Amino acid sequence: MNGPPLLDVDDLRVEFPTPRGSVRAADGVSFRVWPGEIVGLVGESGCGKSVTTLALLRLVRPPGRIASGRIVFQGRDLLTLPAQEMRMLRGSAMAMIFQNPMTALDPVFTVGDQIAEVFESHPQLHTNDVRSAAAAILERVRIPNPKAQLKAYAHQFSGGMAQRAMIGMGMAGKPSLLIADEPTTALDVSVQAQILDLLRAIRTELKTAIILITHDLAITAQLCDRIVVMYAGQVVEASTTRELFRAPQHHYTRGLLDSMPRLGQRRERLAQIPGQPPDLRTLPVGCRFAARCPRAEDRCRVEEPALTSSRDGREVRCHFPLEPR
Amino acid sequence: MTALVVVEALSTYFQVRGPTGRRAVLHAVDNVSFEIRRNEILALVGESGCGKSTLGRTILQLTKRTAGRVLFDGQELTAMAAGDLRRLRRRMQIIFQNPHGSLDPRVSVGQAIRDPLDIHAVGTGEERQARVAELLGLVGLHADHAQRFPHQISGGQAQRVAIARALALHPDFIIADEPVSSLDVSIQAQILNLMADLRVSLGLTYLFIAHNLAVVEHFSTRVAVMYLGRIVELAPSRALYAHPLHPYTQALLASAPVADPDAPLRPPALAGDVPSPVDPPTGCRFASRCPRVMTVCRNVDPVFTEIEPEHWVACHLYPLSGSGSG
Repeated sequence: MNGPPLLDVDDLRVEFPTPRGSVRAADGVSFRVWPGEIVGLVGESGCGKSVTTLALLRLVRPPGRIASGRIVFQGRDLLTLPAQEMRMLRGSAMAMIFQNPMTALDPVFTVGDQIAEVFESHPQLHTNDVRSAAAAILERVRIPNPKAQLKAYAHQFSGGMAQRAMIGMGMAGKPSLLIADEPTTALDVSVQAQILDLLRAIRTELKTAIILITHDLAITAQLCDRIVVMYAGQVVEASTTRELFRAPQHHYTRGLLDSMPRLGQRRERLAQIPGQPPDLRTLPVGCRFAARCPRAEDRCRVEEPALTSSRDGREVRCHFPLEPR
Repeated sequence: MTALVVVEALSTYFQVRGPTGRRAVLHAVDNVSFEIRRNEILALVGESGCGKSTLGRTILQLTKRTAGRVLFDGQELTAMAAGDLRRLRRRMQIIFQNPHGSLDPRVSVGQAIRDPLDIHAVGTGEERQARVAELLGLVGLHADHAQRFPHQISGGQAQRVAIARALALHPDFIIADEPVSSLDVSIQAQILNLMADLRVSLGLTYLFIAHNLAVVEHFSTRVAVMYLGRIVELAPSRALYAHPLHPYTQALLASAPVADPDAPLRPPALAGDVPSPVDPPTGCRFASRCPRVMTVCRNVDPVFTEIEPEHWVACHLYPLSGSGSG
């Protein structure tokens, strides 16, 4: 990657107090996003991917807190930014969309009214200008007949249309980074394909970088340039999408790829990763994946591996990374 | 193979009120006929609101049918007295999507599995205890899991408990409604492999309700595709994936994400969303989104016809099905 990254997350720790001691939901997370790049943040529930992205926007809810680390965005450390400036940043340079678009829209206001709120910081705009700007937002996300749809209420929108509207609102401030947290998980497969196509078009047309948070490796294959895999609060592998699918280096990534049923490759039995992710309250010593890993040796159960990068820019957290097949 | 379950012209309608208070009829399941054969895994796939879950519930008489018949092992469930139905229910079980949602948080895992044995008064107390231990082993849980409560087990383990409870009364037939959709990928494979093993060892028959086409391809012997309350295509799994006939099935397969970064990018196969099942249109239900729609499709309901041996489709593109009016 050339030039400085748009976003540089370094050694981020997010903690939540519990009656049995504090839990590190994100524990030393580091990754970078370059301008115009689509990065997939992949992992299973509880791996820390959502809490990491909430931390990027400084939206971790108390009693959770960002315990340490640096988040440098466009050259500024977000963790030392005054609250007022952080608020300005959200929705302008950095926007976020969520899994369930229907709950993100208010049922008692029209869609047009809610889009108009985006322009509240521009009081000089006339009502008519706001309406045509709002219609332009819906048009950009390919909602047919946008002027008429401004008068619709949330319940008159399908899930796919609501997610389009949310993406449109997120894009209104022309952000350089869009964070999309499981944006298609609640949608049907035919609508999911439309939304992924829209995200692809947004990146091409507006050069917006996108962080796609997902549990589904299949949807990253044709959308993301790079993939960051998380496990039990840590990054375990980061690589270009092509290299990750061709030759994963971490045994967890290999297991995820093998256990994924794929169209057109019918198998009698699916490969499975035995066991389940560790409880973050009672983490094992050594590698967090060791108990489920086919390659684990004694060293893995005593010494925690560090995230190390190789010459080709790939990163892996493993004492015995997989060789290319 | 003989049929274990026969569904004949089954319809389930719901009276609903629109947002403006207007009364309307929601056609969740609309004149559906098919059979489920002994020891097969029939997958029922479709998008949200297509009626697949309602169809599953109506087969078990958990939801009241509006019209049609359901036969289980030759006995008509839809004409049965409540007591007889209850006795027959031991042979038909259902597993749901959210395993924690189907367990009572105050009931231990062991008691949850034992409940059906207590309710149907099976054997002595000791025999029930032994059966619980046997069931835990069958689904890959340890004996000490019996003392735990739902909040102390993971989603994958909770789904194993739900399966153990469903198996307690030695059923022949299990409806699994999106049994792995809420589980993580690495756990999904564990549960699917377990269900496949149990089918062989216990001679089970499954109706497997799902939306994930890749999962269905691996798991099913035959596949029925539903759209807006209708089955639009039904075929052996291999035939359906190798050459889907209905434009909706073709579009669904084309919409599934391809887990290969080097595969060519395809434009979305379908525009728009699934229309509302309230007051569905006359003619073909898929006409409003179909890339190959013809005039006849908007007026005449296509008949569900066996176009090739074992391969059924309801579409005017295949002339044999275009003559009737449904």
